[in-house]
Amino acid sequence: MNALPLSRRQMLFAGALAGGGLWFGAGPAGAAQDGVAGSPGAGLTAFIRIMPDNRITIVSQNPEIGQGIKTSIPMLIVEELDADWSQVTIEQALADQKIYGRQVAGGSMATTLLYDSMRRTGAAARAMLVQAAATRLGVPVGELTTGSAMVRHAASNRSLSYGALAADAATLPLPDLKAVTLKDPKAFRIVGKPMPGVDNMKVVTGAPLFGIDASVPGMKIAMFVKCPCYGGTVASANLDAVKAIKGVRNAFIVAGNGDDYELAAGVAIIADTTWAAMKAREALQVEWAPGAGADQSSEGFAKAAAALAGTRGPQEIFTEGDAAAAMPGAAKRLKASYHYPFLVHAPLEPMNCTARVDGDKVELWAPTQNPEPGRASIAKLLGVAPEAVVIHMMRCGGGFGRRLTTEYMTEAAWIAREAKVPVKLIWTREDDVTRGNLRPAGWHHLEAGLDADGKVTAWTNHFVSFGKEGKFGRAAAIETTQFPARFVPNFRCDATVLDLAAPTNFLRAPANNGFGFVMQSFIDELAYLAGQDPVAFRRTLLGTPRLVGPADKRDSYDAARALGVLDKAAAMAGWGRKLPKREGLGIAFHFSHLGYFAAAMEVAVADAGDVKVKKVWAAGDVGRQIVNPSGAINQVQGSVIDAIGSAMGQAATLSGGAIEQRNYDGFPIMRMPDTPPIEVAFVLSDHPPTGLGEPAYPATPPALANAIFAATGVRLRSLPIDTELLKA
Amino acid sequence: MNINGKPVTLEADGDMPLLWALRDVIGLTGTKYGCGAGLCGACTVHLDGAPVRACQTPVADVGTAKITTIEGLSATDLGRKLQAAWAALDVPQCGYCQGGQLMAAAALLRDTPKPSDDDIDAAMAGNLCRCGTYTRIRAAIKQVAGVRA
Ligand code: FES
Ligand code: FES
Repeated sequence: MNALPLSRRQMLFAGALAGGGLWFGAGPAGAAQDGVAGSPGAGLTAFIRIMPDNRITIVSQNPEIGQGIKTSIPMLIVEELDADWSQVTIEQALADQKIYGRQVAGGSMATTLLYDSMRRTGAAARAMLVQAAATRLGVPVGELTTGSAMVRHAASNRSLSYGALAADAATLPLPDLKAVTLKDPKAFRIVGKPMPGVDNMKVVTGAPLFGIDASVPGMKIAMFVKCPCYGGTVASANLDAVKAIKGVRNAFIVAGNGDDYELAAGVAIIADTTWAAMKAREALQVEWAPGAGADQSSEGFAKAAAALAGTRGPQEIFTEGDAAAAMPGAAKRLKASYHYPFLVHAPLEPMNCTARVDGDKVELWAPTQNPEPGRASIAKLLGVAPEAVVIHMMRCGGGFGRRLTTEYMTEAAWIAREAKVPVKLIWTREDDVTRGNLRPAGWHHLEAGLDADGKVTAWTNHFVSFGKEGKFGRAAAIETTQFPARFVPNFRCDATVLDLAAPTNFLRAPANNGFGFVMQSFIDELAYLAGQDPVAFRRTLLGTPRLVGPADKRDSYDAARALGVLDKAAAMAGWGRKLPKREGLGIAFHFSHLGYFAAAMEVAVADAGDVKVKKVWAAGDVGRQIVNPSGAINQVQGSVIDAIGSAMGQAATLSGGAIEQRNYDGFPIMRMPDTPPIEVAFVLSDHPPTGLGEPAYPATPPALANAIFAATGVRLRSLPIDTELLKA
Repeated sequence: MNINGKPVTLEADGDMPLLWALRDVIGLTGTKYGCGAGLCGACTVHLDGAPVRACQTPVADVGTAKITTIEGLSATDLGRKLQAAWAALDVPQCGYCQGGQLMAAAALLRDTPKPSDDDIDAAMAGNLCRCGTYTRIRAAIKQVAGVRA
């Protein structure tokens, strides 16, 4: 077995498989000393396995939540390995960060982090197979070519399958990963081609794939009833009455650890079927001791935020020039306050997790985007070793960030141990909405000044957000570099943090999903104030195509790429077209998660105020290569639909510290008849490929609001949009 | 009960929704729970070919009706065509809604082999896709129906 560093903590290994195969994989630095005699066990797991009969298996390391990662990342390996896509089988990895490094579906980071290393892994395996063939055939490596998992020697018309070479290749030293020859992207046969999802046939035939489909012998169904008010605890419950219900096996109080991200207090019900557990819930009566947030409400927060208009926040975020001094000298000034509400994620598969506890071993079947925090909480609360928690990452029925938190995993493990039986914990939709992790609401009190030419000379923003004791909560902070910071000479952004008891969490394009609406709507207002075309005004604001900020940093801003997508979306939409009365075109752009996106939208607003989105054009720049165009377009269209649906009708409102909505009737998801045609274009720029799960979202809500303004002259500064304001 | 062409004996309370009977008792998990309130369509199955919400259908009400679930969709030519189109056009993102979408689409095309856009909207409006795959769902239905995209 041979090893080479793949990253600081991981090594790449290769070795022989029993039966004459080759495996190619990764593990923690030092795993070689574990005495693994050439098989991917004991802390080593294969990325690639090649068997003598030429069966090839690729292991997908990241959670699949619908972002298509189980297809796109293996495509990179198989491309460089030079096998046919039809020749490989894809397998889901277990959660083990020592082996795989980061295993998170979040931040649109997988493509960014893995594009290069997975290609090199595939290329290294190919190089070893070619070397093995060269030795076997007694010809120089340079005379050999590969394709369809075969090595060919054209001059002598001989070829050998990878499978036939696997045993020999397993004995060779690993090539230098940095020096392996990668394909010229022009020669790609897999990467860049639309590839249907590897599990599509299983999905369309209803095969058990998802967390909620998991089943283990002897398993019971568990439900966990928590206080409607976040942070609440159980004073008493009629457990005996609940236990008397047919099909109910047990009911008990869980005290929890006071942390809604880990284990809240509640009543656990164990039953033979979900239906029995649901009936038990109906009979359950709990006296709750409300939590710290019992007096918190959306209305109260709105009042507190409104009172801050015209003031400065105690936290300075970013300052450049002197906005206070520049503002009075501006030729034109505009003040506006913007707002977006709390949201929940509401993925179609509610939170669930199957858990089996056996002594100090815990085994979980978890639909998770982020297994490690769950492992850590369980190890801590159950007093077991982190290594003793085995996590099967199940396909997720949507994530959108909700499954980055892992309280449902902790709950399942805790309940399984207390009940002494394996359980499948299922949250109802009502649990999912009322115990959502909130996308933080926010308010922005903005003012801007324009000079006589209509150029923005001053900009201030008092951002009102949420957290605890002055510290921003999860997904509630604003970046120092949020556009148009660094593009306006006199700029100030400061913030106030309101105390919130409810847990907050990342939701698709976190924070940016609100910022995009605010910044690009206000910029639109300024364009009209300046009497300029909204596209021309934005071009001037972006200025010369240049990189703002250090090139190697995440927070640099490439004006050239922003201009590229802005121009593309405008061109696709036929910007400047004359439209009938009460119809309008709107445009917006936004940079987040390393991706630049612009959206243009055409709407028609009925006299009664109803908004119909007639068409959307989305242009994105995520680097020089789209790995899987089929998945990529699906992600962009999905993000656009998500964003329109949210802007049109979604708000999670707090009252008495509890969410008022309960199901999809109160928290509507966009439906088929409202879905417009969405045209997607990618602007390829010479930059490393980056992810697509999120960056198409933020430009969409402002494109909608700006189109509505173009159609009606009504500026919407609050989401979700209020069609009452749009009546003719 | 007759499920996907096979006789099945079910022991469950009559008020148990067909959804939970299928998932928890019979072990057919292709029919999905999304809302339990008739709002999302993830639980769509056919009773004698007509689409119903399994979460809103007590088993006592099923009577002698033939139940078809997503696991039984490939028994018909139309079902297989739909599944093939769904896979080839790469409709699914997470895929959780797609069983229900397919059952709704199959019922639509059985009754209306050449649907208009309005027919598609009407038949599919009750099926949520949180991932937003509607554009491709429409395209797949049209491909199978052989109507212009
Ligand atoms: S689960 Fe039946 S309609 Fe949603
Ligand atoms: S594909 Fe995820 S809900 Fe439809």
